[in-house]
Amino acid sequence: MSSENKTPLLSVRNLVVEFSTRYGPVRAVDDISFDVYPNETVGIVGESGCGKTVTGLTLLQLIPMPPGRIVQGSINFDGRDLTKLSEKEMQEMRGSDISMIFQEPMTALNPVFSVGNQMIDVLRRHKNLTRRQARELAINMLDTVGIPAPRKRIDEYPHQMSGGMRQRVMIAMALSCGPKLLIADEPTTALDVTTQAQVMEQIVKLQDEFHMSMILVTHDLGVVAESCDRAIVMYCGNIIETAAIDDLFHKPQHPYTRGLLDSIPRIREERITELPIIRGMVPDLLHLPDGCRFADRCPRATDECRQDKPVVNIDPVTGNGVACYHPMG
Amino acid sequence: MSADQPEALLRVEGLKTYFPVRGGVFLTAQAQCKAVDDVSIHIGPGETLGLVGESGCGKSTLGKTIVRLIKPTDGRILFDGSDLSSMSERALKPHRRQVQMIFQDPADSLNSRHSIGNILEEPFIIHGIGDAAERDRRVARLLDVVGLPSSAVERFPFEFSGGQRQRIGIARAVALNPKLIICDEPVSALDVSIQSQILNLMLDLQQEMNLSYLFIAHDLAVVKHVSDRIAIMYLGRIVEMGGADEVYERPKHPYTQALISAIPEPVPGGKRERQILAGDVPSPIDPPSGCAFHTRCPHAQPKCSEERPELRDVVARTGEEHVVACHFDV
Repeated sequence: MSSENKTPLLSVRNLVVEFSTRYGPVRAVDDISFDVYPNETVGIVGESGCGKTVTGLTLLQLIPMPPGRIVQGSINFDGRDLTKLSEKEMQEMRGSDISMIFQEPMTALNPVFSVGNQMIDVLRRHKNLTRRQARELAINMLDTVGIPAPRKRIDEYPHQMSGGMRQRVMIAMALSCGPKLLIADEPTTALDVTTQAQVMEQIVKLQDEFHMSMILVTHDLGVVAESCDRAIVMYCGNIIETAAIDDLFHKPQHPYTRGLLDSIPRIREERITELPIIRGMVPDLLHLPDGCRFADRCPRATDECRQDKPVVNIDPVTGNGVACYHPMG
Repeated sequence: MSADQPEALLRVEGLKTYFPVRGGVFLTAQAQCKAVDDVSIHIGPGETLGLVGESGCGKSTLGKTIVRLIKPTDGRILFDGSDLSSMSERALKPHRRQVQMIFQDPADSLNSRHSIGNILEEPFIIHGIGDAAERDRRVARLLDVVGLPSSAVERFPFEFSGGQRQRIGIARAVALNPKLIICDEPVSALDVSIQSQILNLMLDLQQEMNLSYLFIAHDLAVVKHVSDRIAIMYLGRIVEMGGADEVYERPKHPYTQALISAIPEPVPGGKRERQILAGDVPSPIDPPSGCAFHTRCPHAQPKCSEERPELRDVVARTGEEHVVACHFDV
C-alpha cells in the first residue's frame, strides 16, 4: 500500500480524547495522528485500556459526551472535519459513509425487533426506499454475507440466531448502505475459532467487493497479520509504532511491539519451555510517567526515556514510524 | 503415559453429565442436554492434559463434574483410587483438598467483599489447618509464591488488575497443596503480555509442586504450549486424544484438522490454504445421528450419519497413545 500520490480517505491529526472521572481527567487517546487510504485495511492493536476502542468510537463521535470530550485534533474524512459536524450531520454520516461493527453482536442488536426490521430501518434512514424495496435489499444483503435461507431468517429475532450468524447480520447491516469506511471493533473476539475464520474471510471478501477501507480494532495479532495492510500499535493512549504489516511482524522496531509478538505462544513452531514476557503491567492512566510510557517495563530504557517522551517520526518513503529512542533496528 | 498404566492420578470412565431441559406448563423434563456424553480420560501425576473445544462442547461441564461441582449422571471419576462420582458431600471433603479449580474470570470468582487475606485464609479454616498465626504465615507465603506483595493481604479484589486477580485465584487453588488443578480457561480473559506471565507462573508451580493440570481452553496455541497430551471435544464427546505435538502435527480427525487450520497465525504474508467449516455447532439437545460432526464434515460419507464411530487407536509416530473417533483415515 503506497502512500504517495494518493489522498487519504481518513486523516486523523493530533487527536486527544479525555474523560473526566472522579479522580481527575483521563486521556484515553493522547495526541494520535494517522491516515487511512482508499481500499486499505489498517489494524489498530494494543491491550485493554490502550485507547484503541475509544479511537474507533471517536471517529463516529459515539463516545458519551460528557464525560468524554475531544480536547483537540481533527478527523478529516473525505474532505470534511468530523469534529466540526453537528449531531444531525453526523447522523447522516453514520451507517452510510462510515459504518461500525461491534464486538458483541448480541448487545449491538435490539432484542425486541426482528433483524429485518432493524435492517430496513437503517436502509430507509439513509436511502429513499419504500419498505418493500428496503426489505428486498436487506434480503440480498443477508444472502451476500452468507446467511442461509435469508428470506426466512429475516423475520427472526437476534436470540434465535447463533453468535456467528448475529455477527453476519451486523456486517450485513453495516454494509447495506455501501460505506466508504468500515470500523470493525473486535469483530471476531466473541466468536469461536472456526466461526472466526468464517466471519473474517467474509469481511475481507466483502471489503474487496465493496471497495471499502477498513479499520480493524483488535488485540489479536494473528487476525491483524492475516487481514491488514498496515497496523498501528497503541500503548497507554499513544501510537508507539506504525508500519506496513510485513515490516511490523518481521522487523518490529518498538520494544513493546517486539515483546507482544514474542509473548504469543505459536502453534506452528517448536514448543519452548518458558515464554518470553513483558514484565510489570500497564501504568495507570491517571498517573502516567513523564517520559516514555513503556519505560518502566522496557529492557532498553535509559534516563533519556524516563525524562522525555519520544514521538513517532514517520519515514516519508516507507510510511513506517516508531516512538522510541532506542528502536530494535 | 499409556492408558493401561494403573498409576494415573485421575481416571474418568464413561462419564455422563446430562441436564434436563424443562418446558411446558409444569416445567417437566422434555428432553436431555447431553453436555458430557460418555467421556473417558486419564491424567498422570505431574502431567497436563489440554482439553480443547468450541463454546458449548461441554469442556467446562466436564471440568466442573470432575471437581463434583456438578453431580454426574453416570460414569466413574477415579481419583487416587477412590471413586468421587457418587460420594456424599461429607465423604468428599477430604478429597476436595486434592482437587482444586482455577476459573476463567478472576473478578467473578473472588468475593468482592472479602480482603485477599480472608480469601486465601478460608481454605485453611475450612479444612482446619493451623491456628491464626500459622494461617497468616501460610497466606504470606502463598502471596510470595504467586508474586504479589505482602501488602495485598489487606486489600480487596477490585484494587487489583486482571492478571493480579488471576494470581490470587492461583494462590487459592494451590493453598492446600492439591495434586490436581482443573484450569477452566485461566488466561482467556487476560491480555497477551499478562497471559504469558500467568502461563509461566502456572508452569513453574507445576514443576515445584508436581501438580497435574486439566487445562481447559479454546485457544489451541496456548493449550499446545502447556500440555503434554491433548483431548479435542465436540458436542459432549472426545473426538481425538493424543500427545500434544502428535495431535497438532498429525491431526487425524477432520474436526481437529479444521480447528488447527482456522487459527490465525501472527505471521503475515503466508496466506495458508485454510479449511473453513460450514455452518454452526448443532444443538447438544438434539445432536445429529451417527457421528455428531457429519453435518459439517468435508469428508462425510453415508456411513457417518448412521453409525457412531468409537474411539480407536491410530499409530502415533512416537508410540504414544493416540485415539480418534472417525470411521475413516483422512
